[in-house]
Amino acid sequence: MKKTKNCFLLLLGLFLFQGGFSQVIIKGVIKDNKGNPMHGVSISLKDSYDGATSDSAGKFSFKTSEKGEQTLVASFTGYKPFEQKIQMENVPVSFDINLKEEITELKAVTISAGSFEASDKKRAGVVLNSIDIVTTASANADVTQALKTLPGAQQVGETEGLFVRGGTAAETKIFIDGTLVNKFFYSTAPNISGYGRFSTFLFKGTVFSTGGYSALYGQALSSAVILESIDLPEQKTASLGVSVLGLDAGYQSLNKKKNFSWGFDYNYTNLGLAFAVLKQKQDYFKVPAFNEGHINFRVKTSKTGMLKYYSNYSGSRLGFRTPSIDSAGYLDYFKLKNFYIYQNLAWKENLGSGWKFNAGVSFTNNKDDIAGALQDADHTTVSLVGLEFKNFNVSPHGNYLNAKAFFEKRLRGISAVRFGTEYNFSKDKATISDNSGNSYTYALKEHINAFFAEGDIYITNGLAAKLGTRFEYSSSLDKVNVAPRISLAYKTGKLSQASFAYGVFYQNPETKYLPSPNTLTFSKATHYIAQYLRTAPLTVFRAEIFYKKYHDLIKTGFSNGRDGVAINNNGFGDAKGFEIFWRDKKTVKNLDYWISYSYLDTKRDFLNFPDAITPNFAAKHTASLVVKKFVLPWKTWFNTSYTYSSSRPYYNIIYDGSRYKFSDRGLVPDFHSVSFSLNYIPAIGKKDPKSFVVYVISVNNILNLKQTFGYQYSYNGAKKEAIVPPSRMFVFIGAFFSFGIDRTQDAINNNL
Amino acid sequence: MKKTILIMMTSFLGTAVFAQGDIAPGEKYVKAMEALVPAVDTTHSMDGLTDLANSFERIANAEKTQWLPFYYAALCHINKANMFFTTQQLDKIDPLMDIAEPLLKKAEELEKNNSEIFCLTKMFNTGKMMADPMSRYMIYGAAASEALETAKKLDPENPRVYLLEGIDKYYTPEQYGGSKEEGKKLFQEAAKKMETFKPASSIHPSWGASQIKYFMSLE
Repeated sequence: MKKTKNCFLLLLGLFLFQGGFSQVIIKGVIKDNKGNPMHGVSISLKDSYDGATSDSAGKFSFKTSEKGEQTLVASFTGYKPFEQKIQMENVPVSFDINLKEEITELKAVTISAGSFEASDKKRAGVVLNSIDIVTTASANADVTQALKTLPGAQQVGETEGLFVRGGTAAETKIFIDGTLVNKFFYSTAPNISGYGRFSTFLFKGTVFSTGGYSALYGQALSSAVILESIDLPEQKTASLGVSVLGLDAGYQSLNKKKNFSWGFDYNYTNLGLAFAVLKQKQDYFKVPAFNEGHINFRVKTSKTGMLKYYSNYSGSRLGFRTPSIDSAGYLDYFKLKNFYIYQNLAWKENLGSGWKFNAGVSFTNNKDDIAGALQDADHTTVSLVGLEFKNFNVSPHGNYLNAKAFFEKRLRGISAVRFGTEYNFSKDKATISDNSGNSYTYALKEHINAFFAEGDIYITNGLAAKLGTRFEYSSSLDKVNVAPRISLAYKTGKLSQASFAYGVFYQNPETKYLPSPNTLTFSKATHYIAQYLRTAPLTVFRAEIFYKKYHDLIKTGFSNGRDGVAINNNGFGDAKGFEIFWRDKKTVKNLDYWISYSYLDTKRDFLNFPDAITPNFAAKHTASLVVKKFVLPWKTWFNTSYTYSSSRPYYNIIYDGSRYKFSDRGLVPDFHSVSFSLNYIPAIGKKDPKSFVVYVISVNNILNLKQTFGYQYSYNGAKKEAIVPPSRMFVFIGAFFSFGIDRTQDAINNNL
Repeated sequence: MKKTILIMMTSFLGTAVFAQGDIAPGEKYVKAMEALVPAVDTTHSMDGLTDLANSFERIANAEKTQWLPFYYAALCHINKANMFFTTQQLDKIDPLMDIAEPLLKKAEELEKNNSEIFCLTKMFNTGKMMADPMSRYMIYGAAASEALETAKKLDPENPRVYLLEGIDKYYTPEQYGGSKEEGKKLFQEAAKKMETFKPASSIHPSWGASQIKYFMSLE
């Protein structure tokens, strides 16, 4: 009996023991919303160590000794976390879990119709970053020159700017950190194109939109180039550059906490040496020379906030004579002096609970002093009957202010709404003195107020829409416009997507046509774009078709004895075409190439055109091939590019006293250009190089091909002369040093 | 007598029943970690690493203030990314790094100036660079070498510093300052340091022996 009792107790004890330590099995299957089993999902009881990872059949099973009410959680990247309260008893639990896909930036479609985006933020669609730009042979490290190797842009060489899809250069606007940049390009002489004033290395992201862009941007009928400036640098650096074109030196500081940085640099550019070697068409008495300074500071205002200031000061001059087309034996004299200040202040901050605030202001001051004259062989200014207009002085002076502020609120998933306002002020004043000493002053003040709102709506990872509207009021026109914009994107496969964009765009008449004695209104363009995009990790394929309709373009005419006066908005036109882009960094190791092709069919009737014609800045076929090969043992990039453009039309349009008519027209020859550059970077791979040098050699039009951009005519129309580049070939040689100031010790001290 | 036995039994049982709850939290944590940490050196399969990372992450989320489980969870994901590099599935690297990054940041927040965390930061940046070396060399390459240098300054006796330095040297082409021989010297140095290295506890990082052995066996 005693034994039995003991046995019973022991049994009881064992039972209790077991009960106390009893582990319960939790098992089940995890599937996604389509019912496919999910592999590698982490399942656990919240705040315990117990859990498991699902196998390839989605099955999981684990033991736990937790009791009472517990929370079962399952998590997997890209899926909404699953949580469920369960009551733990001493019985096995079986659970089937369905995980719902979460809308994430990484997986979701990109609303991409019309635009090329290049930044580190978005892995998909990375097209051009600053390294890409400096290693593009034809670009000479210039942002807009590099963008010309992408589809949509024309190969117009006689003037600066981007001519996009049948639009003029004035229809493309450039923005830095959201605010408009006025006078983006250096001032130059007629038929010589100017480079951009802003260094490629100022920017970490570039969006080149060839249509259908966001309601945040306005006053551009064709295209928007949106540049995002860099944040704080990695380390303190001093830099020095020496090239055949000049010298530059700079310093960029960074405080120990890495939340404040300031810097400046100065450069002096003089084309004297280059022009001595490469014969120019023009006979320079003042070779182009530039003094330029930059000042910046960047402050991290909070964990997520950033304030950036950048300013650019530059003064330049040039002067030359060319044989006059108007009168044999005489010379055309041209002199230009430019002074320019650009300042940009941008601030962004996270306000919490999904709210973000962005604000920016840019201020530009530009002053040109231009003198033209007709001179005889002894360089004495003369006044010939009928050609008195050739002797003049003009000094346009512009002050521009652009300010923008908007809020962004994140909604469910990655959907968001944005709304805000933009204010643009411009004051242009020009004094013109003619041959007889009379001077006239034109002045124009313009205020444009805009309000905009837009929403990014992600319905699923595979379907998204961007809906926006922009409202503008122009004081000089005293008119209002409302511009709706819609974009849709749909995922067609794991790597591919289709998108569509529609938008209405308004732009004020260019200031050179203002003030006008006639009542004018906004010019208008309507864009329709359909795109297919396939983005694999190292390849991108993009095909786009578009239709753009122009309304209310400016027509010019004779008024009060003056030519080129804006008469009305009766101009119109359209542009249609398709574009293909392919970039491949994959097929050949260390070889990166891209191919662009654009087909453009456009006609317009604007300015003094007698009727609707293909404008002289539009070629039917444009193509580029850009190849970059990095040769590892030589630490050198070898870059080459080829650009082609089919013949553009040219016209000589004259006024016969009652109407405009063609006195001559035709087609310029096809355009071909092959450029080559190499970048030698000996410090690559060196451990902690204290200095970093890049040697650059670049040759534009290395085959010395003849390039004709168009024709210019003498005043009487009797003589015709080809417009060609100032020199066929251009060679650049330079060395750029940067000296990193070692901060490792600082980093340690700072952390200790 | 019976009573005594009964009391003894119940009290014993009682202890046993409540034992789990009564173990000092630290002890439970250490035990769970001790069961997992050695696997870091021996797990070489994708699924194994996922499972191990998830196990560390569960401990990390339950404990919240311990840096080691965050560190190990991030390490497992980075090791997985390295396996994708060896198989040249470069597009698989970034998604793993996106998982590893917040874990690494969490470890950094909880533990300052630790040579091991700087080693992991180095591995993270190297991994990011490898996904697209041509365009990421400037940013991630520089960050990786800065992190490794800091790791060395914080603890010159850490064998993992020499292992990572050795791997860099070994695989960098000669034109870029790499050298198989110098790499091997560094592996030897790592092996030597490994012999004398004493982790701060049974669960502090001490991994690397199997990797060092592997690299030393290379031609």
